[in-house]
Amino acid sequence: MNLLEIKNLGISFGGLRAVDDFNLTIREGQLYGLIGPNGAGKTTVFNLLTGVYRPTTGKIFLKGQNITGKSSIEINKAGIARTFQNIRLFKNMTVLENVKVGLHNRENYGVISSLLKLPGYRAAERRIEERAMELLQVFSLEEDAHHLASNLPYGKQRKLEIARALASAPTLLLLDEPAAGMNPQETAELMEMIRFVQKKFDVTILLIEHDMKLVLGICEEITVLNFGCLLAQGETASVLKDPRVIKAYLGD
Amino acid sequence: MKNDIVKSEKKSNITGSSLLIRILVVVGIYALVSALMLTGNMSRSWESLSIRICFNVILALSLNLVVGFLGELSLGHAGFYAVGAYAGSMFAVYTDFPMFVRIIGAVLVGALSAGIAGFLISSSILKLKGDYLAIVTLAFGEIIRSFVKILPGTGGTAGLSGIPAFPSRYVGFTFAYAFVILTLIILKCFINSRHGRAVTAIRDNVISAEMLGININRYKVTVFVIASVLAGVAGVIFSFFKTMIEPNDFSYNLSIEILVMVVIGGMGNLTGSIIAAGVIVVVPELLRALEDYRMLMYAIVLIAVMLINESPKKAQFIERYSPKVLLKKLLRKGEKKSESA
Repeated sequence: MNLLEIKNLGISFGGLRAVDDFNLTIREGQLYGLIGPNGAGKTTVFNLLTGVYRPTTGKIFLKGQNITGKSSIEINKAGIARTFQNIRLFKNMTVLENVKVGLHNRENYGVISSLLKLPGYRAAERRIEERAMELLQVFSLEEDAHHLASNLPYGKQRKLEIARALASAPTLLLLDEPAAGMNPQETAELMEMIRFVQKKFDVTILLIEHDMKLVLGICEEITVLNFGCLLAQGETASVLKDPRVIKAYLGD
Repeated sequence: MKNDIVKSEKKSNITGSSLLIRILVVVGIYALVSALMLTGNMSRSWESLSIRICFNVILALSLNLVVGFLGELSLGHAGFYAVGAYAGSMFAVYTDFPMFVRIIGAVLVGALSAGIAGFLISSSILKLKGDYLAIVTLAFGEIIRSFVKILPGTGGTAGLSGIPAFPSRYVGFTFAYAFVILTLIILKCFINSRHGRAVTAIRDNVISAEMLGININRYKVTVFVIASVLAGVAGVIFSFFKTMIEPNDFSYNLSIEILVMVVIGGMGNLTGSIIAAGVIVVVPELLRALEDYRMLMYAIVLIAVMLINESPKKAQFIERYSPKVLLKKLLRKGEKKSESA
Protein backbone atom coordinates (compact mmCIF):
# COMPACT_ATOMS: atom_id res chain seq x y z
CA MET A 1 0.00 0.00 0.00
CA ASN A 2 1.19 3.51 -0.70
CA LEU A 3 2.00 5.37 2.50
CA LEU A 4 3.08 8.67 1.02
CA GLU A 5 2.09 10.15 -2.30
CA ILE A 6 3.42 13.46 -3.51
CA LYS A 7 1.91 14.85 -6.68
CA ASN A 8 3.30 17.78 -8.72
CA LEU A 9 4.63 19.42 -5.57
CA GLY A 10 6.16 22.85 -6.04
CA ILE A 11 7.07 25.96 -4.09
CA SER A 12 8.47 29.31 -5.15
CA PHE A 13 10.14 31.91 -3.00
CA GLY A 14 9.57 35.06 -5.01
CA GLY A 15 10.88 34.26 -8.47
CA LEU A 16 12.86 31.22 -7.35
CA ARG A 17 11.27 27.81 -7.95
CA ALA A 18 12.92 25.90 -5.10
CA VAL A 19 11.01 22.73 -5.85
CA ASP A 20 9.16 22.16 -9.11
CA ASP A 21 6.78 19.44 -10.23
CA PHE A 22 8.04 16.91 -7.72
CA ASN A 23 6.46 13.46 -7.63
CA LEU A 24 7.18 10.68 -5.18
CA THR A 25 5.45 7.53 -4.00
CA ILE A 26 6.62 5.57 -0.99
CA ARG A 27 5.16 2.22 -0.05
CA GLU A 28 4.59 1.15 3.53
CA GLY A 29 7.72 -0.29 5.16
CA GLN A 30 10.13 1.12 2.58
CA LEU A 31 13.49 2.67 3.29
CA TYR A 32 13.65 5.43 0.73
CA GLY A 33 16.49 7.78 -0.11
CA LEU A 34 16.35 11.36 -1.33
CA ILE A 35 19.66 12.61 -2.74
CA GLY A 36 20.96 15.48 -4.80
CA PRO A 37 23.76 18.04 -4.93
CA ASN A 38 23.83 20.92 -2.43
CA GLY A 39 20.96 23.35 -2.90
CA ALA A 40 18.90 20.86 -4.88
CA GLY A 41 15.88 21.40 -2.62
CA LYS A 42 15.97 18.23 -0.53
CA THR A 43 15.44 19.91 2.84
CA THR A 44 12.78 22.11 1.24
CA VAL A 45 10.88 18.94 0.36
CA PHE A 46 11.11 17.89 4.02
CA ASN A 47 9.91 21.31 5.10
CA LEU A 48 6.96 21.03 2.71
CA LEU A 49 6.14 17.56 4.05
CA THR A 50 6.18 18.71 7.67
CA GLY A 51 4.22 21.90 7.23
CA VAL A 52 7.04 24.38 7.73
CA TYR A 53 6.28 25.76 4.25
CA ARG A 54 2.98 25.69 2.39
CA PRO A 55 3.36 24.34 -1.15
CA THR A 56 2.38 26.73 -3.94
CA THR A 57 1.34 23.83 -6.16
CA GLY A 58 0.68 20.14 -5.80
CA LYS A 59 -0.72 17.79 -3.21
CA ILE A 60 0.61 15.50 -0.47
CA PHE A 61 -1.26 12.38 0.68
CA LEU A 62 -0.40 10.34 3.75
CA LYS A 63 -2.26 7.02 3.88
CA GLY A 64 -4.67 8.46 1.32
CA GLN A 65 -5.43 11.46 3.55
CA ASN A 66 -4.73 14.87 2.08
CA ILE A 67 -2.28 16.71 4.34
CA THR A 68 -1.38 19.54 1.96
CA GLY A 69 -1.15 22.90 3.70
CA LYS A 70 -1.89 21.49 7.16
CA SER A 71 -0.01 22.80 10.19
CA SER A 72 3.05 21.03 11.58
CA ILE A 73 1.04 19.96 14.61
CA GLU A 74 -1.68 18.30 12.54
CA ILE A 75 0.92 16.65 10.32
CA ASN A 76 2.74 15.25 13.34
CA LYS A 77 -0.56 13.90 14.67
CA ALA A 78 -1.25 12.39 11.24
CA GLY A 79 1.99 10.44 11.59
CA ILE A 80 5.08 12.24 10.29
CA ALA A 81 8.08 12.94 12.49
CA ARG A 82 11.48 14.25 11.46
CA THR A 83 15.03 15.00 12.50
CA PHE A 84 17.04 18.00 11.41
CA GLN A 85 20.21 18.48 9.40
CA ASN A 86 21.58 20.80 12.10
CA ILE A 87 20.59 19.01 15.28
CA ARG A 88 17.73 20.72 17.10
CA LEU A 89 17.52 19.20 20.55
CA PHE A 90 16.05 20.83 23.63
CA LYS A 91 19.51 21.60 24.91
CA ASN A 92 18.72 22.73 28.42
CA MET A 93 16.55 19.71 29.14
CA THR A 94 17.77 16.28 30.13
CA VAL A 95 18.01 13.43 27.64
CA LEU A 96 15.01 11.77 29.27
CA GLU A 97 12.95 14.96 29.13
CA ASN A 98 13.73 15.36 25.43
CA VAL A 99 12.13 12.00 24.73
CA LYS A 100 9.26 12.81 27.07
CA VAL A 101 8.49 15.90 25.00
CA GLY A 102 8.26 13.58 22.01
CA LEU A 103 5.63 11.59 23.92
CA HIS A 104 3.62 14.79 24.50
CA ASN A 105 0.51 13.87 22.53
CA ARG A 106 0.47 10.20 23.50
CA GLU A 107 -1.13 11.15 26.81
CA ASN A 108 -3.76 13.83 27.11
CA TYR A 109 -4.33 14.84 30.71
CA GLY A 110 -5.18 18.52 31.08
CA VAL A 111 -3.49 21.40 32.84
CA ILE A 112 -5.92 21.22 35.78
CA SER A 113 -5.28 17.55 36.47
CA SER A 114 -1.54 18.23 36.51
CA LEU A 115 -2.01 21.10 38.99
CA LEU A 116 -4.15 18.94 41.28
CA LYS A 117 -2.06 15.82 40.70
CA LEU A 118 -5.15 13.72 39.99
CA PRO A 119 -4.68 9.93 39.81
CA GLY A 120 -4.96 10.04 36.01
CA TYR A 121 -1.98 12.38 35.91
CA ARG A 122 0.19 10.09 38.01
CA ALA A 123 -0.64 7.03 35.93
CA ALA A 124 0.02 8.92 32.70
CA GLU A 125 3.35 10.27 33.97
CA ARG A 126 4.39 6.75 34.96
CA ARG A 127 3.56 5.48 31.47
CA ILE A 128 5.48 8.37 29.91
CA GLU A 129 8.51 7.64 32.10
CA GLU A 130 8.43 3.93 31.21
CA ARG A 131 8.05 4.52 27.48
CA ALA A 132 10.79 7.14 27.45
CA MET A 133 13.20 4.84 29.27
CA GLU A 134 12.36 2.00 26.87
CA LEU A 135 13.16 4.23 23.92
CA LEU A 136 16.43 5.34 25.49
CA GLN A 137 17.36 1.72 26.05
CA VAL A 138 16.78 0.91 22.39
CA PHE A 139 19.32 3.60 21.52
CA SER A 140 21.57 2.66 24.48
CA LEU A 141 21.20 6.16 25.92
CA GLU A 142 19.76 5.06 29.27
CA GLU A 143 23.05 5.78 31.06
CA ASP A 144 22.80 9.42 29.96
CA ALA A 145 19.10 9.79 30.80
CA HIS A 146 19.65 12.48 33.41
CA HIS A 147 22.40 14.40 31.61
CA LEU A 148 21.66 17.61 29.77
CA ALA A 149 21.16 17.00 26.06
CA SER A 150 23.77 19.65 25.22
CA ASN A 151 26.42 17.64 27.12
CA LEU A 152 26.05 14.58 24.90
CA PRO A 153 28.70 13.82 22.30
CA TYR A 154 27.67 14.50 18.71
CA GLY A 155 26.84 10.93 17.73
CA LYS A 156 24.58 10.44 20.72
CA GLN A 157 22.84 13.74 20.01
CA ARG A 158 21.93 12.39 16.57
CA LYS A 159 20.62 9.20 18.16
CA LEU A 160 18.62 11.17 20.71
CA GLU A 161 17.00 13.19 17.97
CA ILE A 162 15.86 9.99 16.26
CA ALA A 163 14.60 8.59 19.58
CA ARG A 164 12.67 11.79 20.23
CA ALA A 165 11.09 11.70 16.77
CA LEU A 166 10.10 8.05 17.24
CA ALA A 167 8.50 8.90 20.59
CA SER A 168 5.64 10.62 18.78
CA ALA A 169 4.79 7.25 17.18
CA PRO A 170 5.15 8.23 13.52
CA THR A 171 4.29 6.00 10.57
CA LEU A 172 6.72 7.98 8.41
CA LEU A 173 10.08 9.08 9.76
CA LEU A 174 12.07 11.73 7.89
CA LEU A 175 15.80 11.75 8.55
CA ASP A 176 17.68 14.79 7.29
CA GLU A 177 21.32 13.80 6.75
CA PRO A 178 21.60 11.45 9.71
CA ALA A 179 25.24 10.64 8.91
CA ALA A 180 26.44 14.24 8.58
CA GLY A 181 29.63 14.76 10.56
CA MET A 182 30.10 11.07 11.35
CA ASN A 183 33.23 9.02 10.66
CA PRO A 184 33.02 5.82 8.54
CA GLN A 185 32.72 3.57 11.57
CA GLU A 186 29.95 5.66 13.12
CA THR A 187 28.19 5.72 9.75
CA ALA A 188 28.32 1.92 9.58
CA GLU A 189 26.78 1.73 13.04
CA LEU A 190 24.15 4.24 12.03
CA MET A 191 23.22 2.10 9.00
CA GLU A 192 22.65 -0.87 11.26
CA MET A 193 20.63 1.26 13.60
CA ILE A 194 18.37 2.68 10.89
CA ARG A 195 17.63 -0.83 9.64
CA PHE A 196 16.96 -1.99 13.18
CA VAL A 197 14.69 0.99 13.94
CA GLN A 198 12.66 0.41 10.81
CA LYS A 199 11.93 -3.21 11.80
CA LYS A 200 11.51 -2.61 15.52
CA PHE A 201 9.15 0.36 15.24
CA ASP A 202 7.52 -0.77 12.02
CA VAL A 203 8.07 2.66 10.50
CA THR A 204 8.64 3.81 6.94
CA ILE A 205 11.76 5.92 6.52
CA LEU A 206 12.60 8.64 4.03
CA LEU A 207 16.12 9.94 4.37
CA ILE A 208 18.27 12.64 2.86
CA GLU A 209 21.90 11.68 2.67
CA HIS A 210 25.14 12.62 0.98
CA ASP A 211 27.02 9.50 2.00
CA MET A 212 26.52 7.27 -1.05
CA LYS A 213 27.80 4.22 0.78
CA LEU A 214 25.01 4.57 3.30
CA VAL A 215 22.42 5.21 0.61
CA LEU A 216 23.58 2.23 -1.42
CA GLY A 217 23.72 0.11 1.73
CA ILE A 218 20.22 0.62 3.05
CA CYS A 219 17.93 2.38 0.60
CA GLU A 220 15.90 0.16 -1.68
CA GLU A 221 14.89 3.01 -3.93
CA ILE A 222 16.02 6.59 -4.32
CA THR A 223 14.99 9.83 -5.92
CA VAL A 224 17.55 12.33 -7.19
CA LEU A 225 16.77 16.03 -7.10
CA ASN A 226 18.69 18.67 -9.03
CA PHE A 227 17.89 22.40 -9.00
CA GLY A 228 14.48 21.62 -7.50
CA CYS A 229 13.54 19.21 -10.30
CA LEU A 230 13.24 15.48 -10.32
CA LEU A 231 16.28 14.06 -12.09
CA ALA A 232 15.96 10.30 -11.67
CA GLN A 233 13.94 7.83 -9.68
CA GLY A 234 14.07 4.11 -9.08
CA GLU A 235 16.12 1.23 -7.76
CA THR A 236 19.22 2.57 -5.96
CA ALA A 237 22.12 0.91 -7.76
CA SER A 238 20.79 1.58 -11.24
CA VAL A 239 19.90 5.21 -10.49
CA LEU A 240 23.40 5.86 -9.15
CA LYS A 241 24.84 4.59 -12.45
CA ASP A 242 22.63 6.91 -14.47
CA PRO A 243 24.91 9.24 -16.48
CA ARG A 244 22.63 12.24 -15.74
CA VAL A 245 23.04 11.66 -12.00
CA ILE A 246 26.80 11.34 -12.28
CA LYS A 247 26.83 14.52 -14.35
CA ALA A 248 24.78 16.40 -11.77
CA TYR A 249 27.20 15.45 -9.02
CA LEU A 250 30.51 15.67 -10.85
CA GLY A 251 29.87 18.02 -13.77
CA ASP A 252 30.92 17.33 -17.36
CA MET B 1 18.14 -6.36 36.80
CA LYS B 2 18.28 -6.73 40.55
CA ASN B 3 20.76 -3.89 40.59
CA ASP B 4 18.26 -1.66 38.80
CA ILE B 5 15.60 -2.24 41.42
CA VAL B 6 18.03 -1.41 44.22
CA LYS B 7 19.01 1.77 42.39
CA SER B 8 15.44 2.96 41.89
CA GLU B 9 14.65 2.24 45.52
CA LYS B 10 17.56 4.36 46.62
CA LYS B 11 16.43 7.14 44.34
CA SER B 12 12.88 7.20 45.65
CA ASN B 13 14.32 7.15 49.17
CA ILE B 14 16.32 10.29 48.45
CA THR B 15 13.44 12.13 46.76
CA GLY B 16 11.28 11.15 49.74
CA SER B 17 13.73 12.69 52.18
CA SER B 18 14.21 15.81 50.04
CA LEU B 19 10.45 16.30 50.18
CA LEU B 20 10.76 16.01 53.94
CA ILE B 21 13.51 18.62 53.93
CA ARG B 22 11.34 20.95 51.85
CA ILE B 23 8.44 20.58 54.25
CA LEU B 24 10.78 21.19 57.17
CA VAL B 25 12.15 24.35 55.55
CA VAL B 26 8.65 25.64 54.78
CA VAL B 27 7.34 24.95 58.27
CA GLY B 28 10.58 26.09 59.90
CA ILE B 29 10.55 29.52 58.25
CA TYR B 30 6.92 30.00 59.14
CA ALA B 31 7.46 28.89 62.75
CA LEU B 32 10.48 31.17 63.13
CA VAL B 33 8.78 34.28 61.73
CA SER B 34 5.53 33.73 63.61
CA ALA B 35 7.39 33.03 66.85
CA LEU B 36 9.27 36.32 66.46
CA MET B 37 6.07 38.17 65.59
CA LEU B 38 3.92 36.70 68.34
CA THR B 39 6.50 37.25 71.07
CA GLY B 40 6.95 40.83 69.93
CA ASN B 41 10.60 40.31 69.07
CA MET B 42 10.25 41.62 65.55
CA SER B 43 10.35 45.33 64.80
CA ARG B 44 7.43 46.85 62.93
CA SER B 45 9.50 47.47 59.84
CA TRP B 46 10.58 43.83 59.72
CA GLU B 47 7.00 42.71 60.19
CA SER B 48 5.91 44.61 57.13
CA LEU B 49 9.05 43.52 55.28
CA SER B 50 8.13 39.89 55.82
CA ILE B 51 4.76 40.45 54.14
CA ARG B 52 6.35 42.46 51.34
CA ILE B 53 8.81 39.66 50.72
CA CYS B 54 5.88 37.26 50.35
CA PHE B 55 4.05 39.09 47.59
CA ASN B 56 7.29 39.93 45.82
CA VAL B 57 8.21 36.24 45.87
CA ILE B 58 4.87 35.43 44.22
CA LEU B 59 5.55 38.09 41.57
CA ALA B 60 9.06 36.83 40.88
CA LEU B 61 7.97 33.19 40.73
CA SER B 62 5.13 33.92 38.34
CA LEU B 63 7.27 36.07 36.06
CA ASN B 64 9.90 33.33 36.08
CA LEU B 65 7.34 31.03 34.48
CA VAL B 66 7.10 33.44 31.53
CA VAL B 67 10.72 34.56 31.26
CA GLY B 68 12.60 31.54 32.56
CA PHE B 69 10.48 28.64 31.37
CA LEU B 70 8.64 29.95 28.32
CA GLY B 71 11.60 32.15 27.39
CA GLU B 72 9.57 35.24 26.47
CA LEU B 73 10.61 38.58 27.88
CA SER B 74 7.54 40.17 29.46
CA LEU B 75 7.88 43.71 30.78
CA GLY B 76 4.24 44.15 31.70
CA HIS B 77 4.00 42.04 34.81
CA ALA B 78 3.11 45.07 36.95
CA GLY B 79 0.02 45.46 34.75
CA PHE B 80 -1.46 42.09 35.78
CA TYR B 81 -0.46 42.86 39.35
CA ALA B 82 -2.42 46.13 39.07
CA VAL B 83 -5.49 44.41 37.62
CA GLY B 84 -5.52 41.95 40.51
CA ALA B 85 -4.93 44.65 43.11
CA TYR B 86 -7.65 46.98 41.79
CA ALA B 87 -10.28 44.32 41.04
CA GLY B 88 -9.73 42.64 44.40
CA SER B 89 -9.68 45.78 46.49
CA MET B 90 -12.69 47.27 44.69
CA PHE B 91 -14.58 44.12 45.57
CA ALA B 92 -13.52 44.51 49.19
CA VAL B 93 -14.27 48.25 49.33
CA TYR B 94 -17.69 48.19 47.64
CA THR B 95 -19.15 45.06 49.26
CA ASP B 96 -20.37 44.61 52.78
CA PHE B 97 -19.66 41.00 53.64
CA PRO B 98 -17.85 39.89 56.79
CA MET B 99 -14.09 40.45 56.70
CA PHE B 100 -13.19 36.85 55.98
CA VAL B 101 -15.52 36.61 52.98
CA ARG B 102 -14.25 39.93 51.68
CA ILE B 103 -10.63 38.77 51.71
CA ILE B 104 -11.34 35.44 50.05
CA GLY B 105 -13.70 37.08 47.58
CA ALA B 106 -11.11 39.73 46.78
CA VAL B 107 -8.50 37.06 46.04
CA LEU B 108 -10.89 35.21 43.74
CA VAL B 109 -12.04 38.36 41.95
CA GLY B 110 -8.47 39.65 41.65
CA ALA B 111 -7.15 36.34 40.33
CA LEU B 112 -9.99 35.97 37.85
CA SER B 113 -9.71 39.52 36.49
CA ALA B 114 -5.94 39.27 36.16
CA GLY B 115 -6.39 35.92 34.45
CA ILE B 116 -8.81 37.42 31.94
CA ALA B 117 -6.42 40.32 31.31
CA GLY B 118 -3.61 37.80 30.81
CA PHE B 119 -5.72 35.82 28.37
CA LEU B 120 -6.73 38.86 26.31
CA ILE B 121 -3.26 40.36 26.16
CA SER B 122 -1.41 37.12 25.47
CA SER B 123 -3.78 36.06 22.73
CA SER B 124 -3.24 39.39 21.01
CA ILE B 125 0.57 39.12 20.98
CA LEU B 126 1.03 35.54 19.80
CA LYS B 127 2.80 36.56 16.62
CA LEU B 128 5.41 38.63 18.45
CA LYS B 129 8.76 37.40 19.62
CA GLY B 130 11.71 38.66 21.61
CA ASP B 131 12.20 42.42 21.72
CA TYR B 132 8.88 43.15 20.05
CA LEU B 133 6.99 41.12 22.60
CA ALA B 134 8.89 42.90 25.37
CA ILE B 135 7.97 46.32 24.02
CA VAL B 136 4.31 45.46 23.54
CA THR B 137 3.96 43.95 27.02
CA LEU B 138 5.63 47.06 28.42
CA ALA B 139 3.04 49.15 26.58
CA PHE B 140 0.16 46.99 27.81
CA GLY B 141 1.39 47.40 31.39
CA GLU B 142 1.30 51.18 30.99
CA ILE B 143 -2.08 51.06 29.21
CA ILE B 144 -3.57 49.19 32.14
CA ARG B 145 -2.15 51.80 34.51
CA SER B 146 -3.57 54.70 32.50
CA PHE B 147 -6.86 52.91 32.16
CA VAL B 148 -7.09 52.55 35.93
CA LYS B 149 -6.70 56.32 36.24
CA ILE B 150 -9.85 57.09 34.21
CA LEU B 151 -12.01 54.13 35.24
CA PRO B 152 -14.85 55.02 37.65
CA GLY B 153 -14.55 53.61 41.14
CA THR B 154 -10.79 53.28 41.14
CA GLY B 155 -10.17 56.62 42.80
CA GLY B 156 -8.24 57.89 39.76
CA THR B 157 -4.75 59.31 40.25
CA ALA B 158 -5.51 60.01 43.91
CA GLY B 159 -5.74 56.29 44.54
CA LEU B 160 -8.22 53.91 46.10
CA SER B 161 -8.37 54.09 49.87
CA GLY B 162 -10.39 52.40 52.57
CA ILE B 163 -9.30 48.90 51.65
CA PRO B 164 -9.81 46.73 54.73
CA ALA B 165 -6.50 45.85 56.38
CA PHE B 166 -5.51 42.44 57.69
CA PRO B 167 -6.71 42.09 61.30
CA SER B 168 -3.06 41.93 62.35
CA ARG B 169 0.36 41.72 60.74
CA TYR B 170 0.59 38.12 61.88
CA VAL B 171 -2.63 37.22 60.07
CA GLY B 172 -1.37 39.12 57.04
CA PHE B 173 1.87 37.23 57.03
CA THR B 174 0.14 33.86 57.45
CA PHE B 175 -2.18 34.69 54.57
CA ALA B 176 0.63 35.85 52.28
CA TYR B 177 2.87 32.94 53.23
CA ALA B 178 0.10 30.46 52.45
CA PHE B 179 -0.17 31.92 48.96
CA VAL B 180 3.59 31.73 48.45
CA ILE B 181 3.45 28.01 49.19
CA LEU B 182 0.39 27.59 46.97
CA THR B 183 2.20 29.40 44.14
CA LEU B 184 5.22 27.15 44.54
CA ILE B 185 3.09 24.01 44.48
CA ILE B 186 1.18 25.17 41.40
CA LEU B 187 4.38 26.02 39.52
CA LYS B 188 6.17 22.81 40.51
CA CYS B 189 3.21 20.69 39.45
CA PHE B 190 2.86 22.54 36.17
CA ILE B 191 6.56 22.40 35.32
CA ASN B 192 6.89 18.70 36.06
CA SER B 193 3.91 17.76 33.90
CA ARG B 194 3.79 17.19 30.15
CA HIS B 195 2.60 20.79 29.85
CA GLY B 196 5.63 22.12 31.68
CA ARG B 197 7.94 20.07 29.49
CA ALA B 198 6.16 21.40 26.41
CA VAL B 199 6.72 24.97 27.63
CA THR B 200 10.42 24.38 28.27
CA ALA B 201 10.68 22.69 24.87
CA ILE B 202 9.21 25.80 23.22
CA ARG B 203 11.88 27.89 24.95
CA ASP B 204 14.71 25.61 23.83
CA ASN B 205 13.61 25.09 20.24
CA VAL B 206 10.33 26.30 18.79
CA ILE B 207 10.65 24.45 15.50
CA SER B 208 11.38 21.08 17.09
CA ALA B 209 8.55 21.57 19.56
CA GLU B 210 6.12 22.31 16.75
CA MET B 211 7.28 19.26 14.77
CA LEU B 212 6.50 17.08 17.80
CA GLY B 213 2.91 18.29 17.76
CA ILE B 214 3.09 20.88 20.52
CA ASN B 215 0.59 23.71 20.15
CA ILE B 216 2.86 26.74 20.66
CA ASN B 217 0.10 29.36 20.84
CA ARG B 218 -1.99 27.42 23.31
CA TYR B 219 0.95 27.07 25.66
CA LYS B 220 1.95 30.71 25.38
CA VAL B 221 -1.56 31.72 26.41
CA THR B 222 -1.68 29.11 29.20
CA VAL B 223 1.60 30.33 30.66
CA PHE B 224 0.56 33.98 30.51
CA VAL B 225 -2.78 33.20 32.16
CA ILE B 226 -1.18 31.22 35.01
CA ALA B 227 1.44 33.93 35.54
CA SER B 228 -1.10 36.74 35.53
CA VAL B 229 -3.49 34.93 37.87
CA LEU B 230 -0.64 34.55 40.35
CA ALA B 231 0.40 38.18 39.88
CA GLY B 232 -3.22 39.16 40.48
CA VAL B 233 -3.22 37.29 43.79
CA ALA B 234 -0.02 39.07 44.75
CA GLY B 235 -1.76 42.35 43.91
CA VAL B 236 -4.66 41.56 46.24
CA ILE B 237 -2.29 40.74 49.10
CA PHE B 238 -0.44 43.96 48.38
CA SER B 239 -3.59 46.07 48.52
CA PHE B 240 -4.75 44.53 51.81
CA PHE B 241 -1.28 45.11 53.19
CA LYS B 242 -1.11 48.73 52.11
CA THR B 243 -4.86 49.54 52.47
CA MET B 244 -4.48 52.33 49.92
CA ILE B 245 -3.33 51.84 46.35
CA GLU B 246 -2.57 54.31 43.60
CA PRO B 247 -1.66 53.87 39.92
CA ASN B 248 1.96 54.82 40.62
CA ASP B 249 2.41 51.68 42.70
CA PHE B 250 2.27 49.75 39.43
CA SER B 251 4.61 51.65 37.13
CA TYR B 252 6.95 49.91 34.72
CA ASN B 253 9.76 50.38 37.25
CA LEU B 254 8.11 47.64 39.22
CA SER B 255 8.00 45.35 36.17
CA ILE B 256 11.73 45.89 35.77
CA GLU B 257 12.33 45.22 39.45
CA ILE B 258 10.47 41.90 39.22
CA LEU B 259 12.51 41.06 36.14
CA VAL B 260 15.69 41.85 38.08
CA MET B 261 14.59 39.35 40.72
CA VAL B 262 14.10 36.68 38.07
CA VAL B 263 17.41 37.39 36.36
CA ILE B 264 19.40 37.50 39.58
CA GLY B 265 17.74 34.36 40.91
CA GLY B 266 18.44 32.62 37.63
CA MET B 267 16.12 31.97 34.69
CA GLY B 268 14.04 28.89 35.31
CA ASN B 269 15.26 28.58 38.89
CA LEU B 270 12.38 28.79 41.36
CA THR B 271 14.48 28.67 44.53
CA GLY B 272 16.66 31.38 43.05
CA SER B 273 13.64 33.61 42.43
CA ILE B 274 12.56 33.25 46.04
CA ILE B 275 15.97 34.15 47.41
CA ALA B 276 16.43 37.01 44.95
CA ALA B 277 13.01 38.48 45.75
CA GLY B 278 13.90 38.36 49.44
CA VAL B 279 17.27 40.01 48.84
CA ILE B 280 15.86 42.74 46.61
CA VAL B 281 13.19 43.67 49.12
CA VAL B 282 15.52 43.57 52.12
CA VAL B 283 18.74 45.11 50.78
CA PRO B 284 17.37 48.66 50.27
CA GLU B 285 16.05 48.58 53.85
CA LEU B 286 19.39 47.43 55.23
CA LEU B 287 21.11 50.19 53.28
CA ARG B 288 18.83 52.87 54.67
CA ALA B 289 21.63 54.02 56.99
CA LEU B 290 23.69 55.04 53.95
CA GLU B 291 21.08 57.64 52.96
CA ASP B 292 22.24 59.31 49.74
CA TYR B 293 24.46 56.42 48.72
CA ARG B 294 21.70 53.90 49.15
CA MET B 295 20.76 53.31 45.52
CA LEU B 296 24.43 53.34 44.51
CA MET B 297 25.22 50.57 46.97
CA TYR B 298 22.09 48.73 45.87
CA ALA B 299 23.35 48.68 42.30
CA ILE B 300 26.77 47.49 43.45
CA VAL B 301 25.19 44.68 45.46
CA LEU B 302 23.18 43.61 42.39
CA ILE B 303 26.29 43.54 40.21
CA ALA B 304 28.17 41.58 42.86
CA VAL B 305 25.37 39.01 43.06
CA MET B 306 25.38 38.61 39.28
CA LEU B 307 29.16 38.06 39.26
CA ILE B 308 28.98 35.53 42.08
CA ASN B 309 26.12 33.70 40.39
CA GLU B 310 28.18 33.24 37.24
CA SER B 311 31.39 32.19 38.93
CA PRO B 312 32.56 28.57 38.76
CA LYS B 313 33.52 28.74 42.44
CA LYS B 314 29.84 29.01 43.30
CA ALA B 315 29.06 25.87 41.30
CA GLN B 316 31.86 24.05 43.14
CA PHE B 317 30.53 25.24 46.46
CA ILE B 318 27.03 24.02 45.63
CA GLU B 319 28.40 20.71 44.40
CA ARG B 320 30.01 20.15 47.76
CA TYR B 321 27.62 21.68 50.23
CA SER B 322 24.09 21.70 48.78
CA PRO B 323 21.55 20.00 51.09
CA LYS B 324 20.96 17.24 48.54
CA VAL B 325 24.65 16.34 48.40
CA LEU B 326 25.06 16.48 52.16
CA LEU B 327 22.05 14.21 52.51
CA LYS B 328 23.47 11.72 50.03
CA LYS B 329 26.76 11.68 51.94
CA LEU B 330 24.91 11.05 55.18
CA LEU B 331 22.95 8.19 53.63
CA ARG B 332 26.12 6.69 52.22
CA LYS B 333 27.82 6.87 55.60
CA GLY B 334 24.84 5.20 57.23
CA GLU B 335 24.95 2.43 54.66
CA LYS B 336 28.64 1.83 55.17
CA LYS B 337 28.09 1.59 58.88
CA SER B 338 25.26 -0.88 58.51
CA GLU B 339 27.35 -2.89 56.04
CA SER B 340 30.32 -3.08 58.38
CA ALA B 341 28.04 -3.96 61.24
